[in-house]
Amino acid sequence: MKILMLGWELPPHNSGGLGVACYQLSRALARTGADIDFVLPYDAEHSIDFMKITPASPITAERLATMPGAYDSYCYTCKTDDCDHTYPSDLRGQQKRYTDFVERYLDTAQPDVIHAHDWLTFEAAMKAKIKTGKPMVAHVHATEFDRSGEHSGNPLVHEIEQQALLMADRVVAVSQVTKDIIVRGYNIPADKIHVIHNSIDTDEMADIPYGDSYAYLHEMKRHGYKVVVSLSRLTVQKGLRYLVQAAQRVHTINDKVLFLIVGDGELRDELLEQSAELGISQNIIFTGFLRGQRWRDAYAIGDMFVMPSVSEPFGLTALEAAGMGNAVLLSKQSGVGEVLHGVLKFDFWDTEKLANQILAVADRPALQASLSQDVRAEFDRLSWADVADKCQSMYSSLRRVEVTL
Amino acid sequence: MSKQRAIVLYLHVHQPFRVRDYTIFEAGHDHNYFFDANYHSRTGNEQILHKVAAKSYIPTNKKLLEILKRHPEFKISLSITGTVLEQLEMWSPEALQSFKDLIATGRVEVLAETYYHSLAFFYSRFEFEKQVRMHHDKVQQLFGVQPTAFRNTELSYNNDLAYWADQAGYKAVITEGWDPVLGWRSPNFVYKPRYADGDIRLLMKNYRLSDDIAFRFSDKSWKEWPLTAEKFTHWVNALDESQTNINLFMDYETFGEHQWSETGIFDFLEHLPSEFLKHDGNTFMTITEAAQKFEPADAVDVLQTITWADTERDLTAWTGNAMQQEALKELYALEHDVLRSGDKQLIEDWRRLQTSDHVYYMCTKWFSDGDVHAYFSPYESPYDGFIAFSNALRDVRLRTLQAKEGGKKKWHDQ
Repeated sequence: MKILMLGWELPPHNSGGLGVACYQLSRALARTGADIDFVLPYDAEHSIDFMKITPASPITAERLATMPGAYDSYCYTCKTDDCDHTYPSDLRGQQKRYTDFVERYLDTAQPDVIHAHDWLTFEAAMKAKIKTGKPMVAHVHATEFDRSGEHSGNPLVHEIEQQALLMADRVVAVSQVTKDIIVRGYNIPADKIHVIHNSIDTDEMADIPYGDSYAYLHEMKRHGYKVVVSLSRLTVQKGLRYLVQAAQRVHTINDKVLFLIVGDGELRDELLEQSAELGISQNIIFTGFLRGQRWRDAYAIGDMFVMPSVSEPFGLTALEAAGMGNAVLLSKQSGVGEVLHGVLKFDFWDTEKLANQILAVADRPALQASLSQDVRAEFDRLSWADVADKCQSMYSSLRRVEVTL
Repeated sequence: MSKQRAIVLYLHVHQPFRVRDYTIFEAGHDHNYFFDANYHSRTGNEQILHKVAAKSYIPTNKKLLEILKRHPEFKISLSITGTVLEQLEMWSPEALQSFKDLIATGRVEVLAETYYHSLAFFYSRFEFEKQVRMHHDKVQQLFGVQPTAFRNTELSYNNDLAYWADQAGYKAVITEGWDPVLGWRSPNFVYKPRYADGDIRLLMKNYRLSDDIAFRFSDKSWKEWPLTAEKFTHWVNALDESQTNINLFMDYETFGEHQWSETGIFDFLEHLPSEFLKHDGNTFMTITEAAQKFEPADAVDVLQTITWADTERDLTAWTGNAMQQEALKELYALEHDVLRSGDKQLIEDWRRLQTSDHVYYMCTKWFSDGDVHAYFSPYESPYDGFIAFSNALRDVRLRTLQAKEGGKKKWHDQ
């Protein structure tokens, strides 16, 4: 089976979980014998041998990283003149260039199925379906509702999603939470939507050896401090304002709890101000965006991992945290909670409950040990191979697929 | 006339005082752990008692009383915990009266147990004996009878418990008829506990026949569904005629709550006595009566504690994980300070926290088979149950410190 994968990023040039999920899913599908051609909007070196990678433009990943990306849908406008083929560097320009490339590319390429990941590639997927008549799968890692947090989002982006979801032969949602949003927010029939949860392979975390990036935190832990870790882009969707509020509540009872907030985003300054206003900036550590060693060490130093997301289609970082021995606390609005049971859950707005849970884990060694062991046992049973199997059976449910040998 | 054979029907009545969603921010300020301001909350004890009384206690007792009037041979045994008796007094005098009416017939035996449905036997013998005395007194006060048979919480049992019950003067003790303990022997006899030199007898649950009623009755995928009184009687009559007593032990809430009225469970209960009594020699007995009537077939040695719970039939549903072990350890470590405080409300709160249900809600062992919904719990997860319990325990500890020093102390000075 030949799959034309349309995606916006792959590691190491990813800025979030979207790239990781695309990479892992493709690798697991390749192992089932799928022949994958992955179209990226940029040109870069990858140490990937299990599939073909096709750049849609000669722009380098480094250059593209200076422009708005898939997560920045709030920047998307239609001001650009569509007939102008100079492709300005805004999002619409990038999207247009990607779509035109895919259309031209299909003069020669002949896939059996078109599998597109999130809104920036959906226009290209629709064009590809019209041109080839091949079935189209719209894989939803996040909707515009998710990206905009508690607001309604960019109507232009919503429109693209709406068209693609209607036109797709199958929609894949990364969780039941996301499926519900697609049914409710876009009026898509539920039986067209397959829930296929993301996953994790246990060997993924083993590649980077542990270093000692956080000597300060190590020393504080020796003195009885506990470390709460959060890793995410600092955006409205991720609910960090609620975590900071909970941190203040925790502080009134137990000042030996430190918060390590990893990531960057448009809310960073606001969060810094908020923690200073609440008088707890000593206990909240902002690291900025991290990769590799420091990123992995952040999980390792944590006693517990908190995902306070307002809206989280899946939440891969919670799985990574589970694999690194953290107790895991998830907002009920996080899709990853559908595959993990050895966790504490709270409503994102219920900062009182979150504070109560953090305090209990910080103070009860038996609770921290039970949570981290139970969730680790669940982590050990997860595998991307199962996800690939579900994807394969979803493909085979597509009536118009012509399997080529 | 055929040899005599008795059904020994024993029903266990219990409700805990569930701990409400008690947070760390309340500890030190509010000592109310058990009474949820929200009547409809999942930990709303009053609401749950009203529901169980209406669905189970009142209709079942009505049915049982009719049967007792119709069949002079019909007898049953009950165990009713102190915590459910308190709740009935507070919230359903009607249901309490219906239990009194049953017991007043003289053909309903009430068993002794710990007042708080606790695991105190395994943690503090002093506290255990106190709770057994409290339960005796409550039963005497409400029903005017003195128990002569003993059941420990969740039918937990070992040689040590039998020895204690024998010394305490009980005529019978009951537990699970668990195969690794019985070996080739049948539960359908009266036994003697090994090492108990008095005249105490041991009755062991026939879990196959009991669970046919308690668990499988409404299971449509079960090949014997639907179960009728005729079919059940036929099974019992087909047993070897030397087998004297069929011990049907189950939760009282089987009738109307675990098995809803719609399943036909009340019709089954109504027809079982008349169907069973058709056969010559068949009768019903209470636990003490069976223990005294039939000769013990053998001595049973139980080195390790068994219970009537789960496929493991041990205490792991209550003491299997680190949270449960820590909760119990800390709870019983407070015994001395709580009792020394002389504060009656504090002592009562501490005892209510001993009810075994609290640690049961913290059980995580079903995660291994992925059967997350196998256990009923009022909490969102076992961890949330542990958090509410720990916060209550923290407040109890604070109150013991305040009692000691006669002054107020901030919690972090503990």
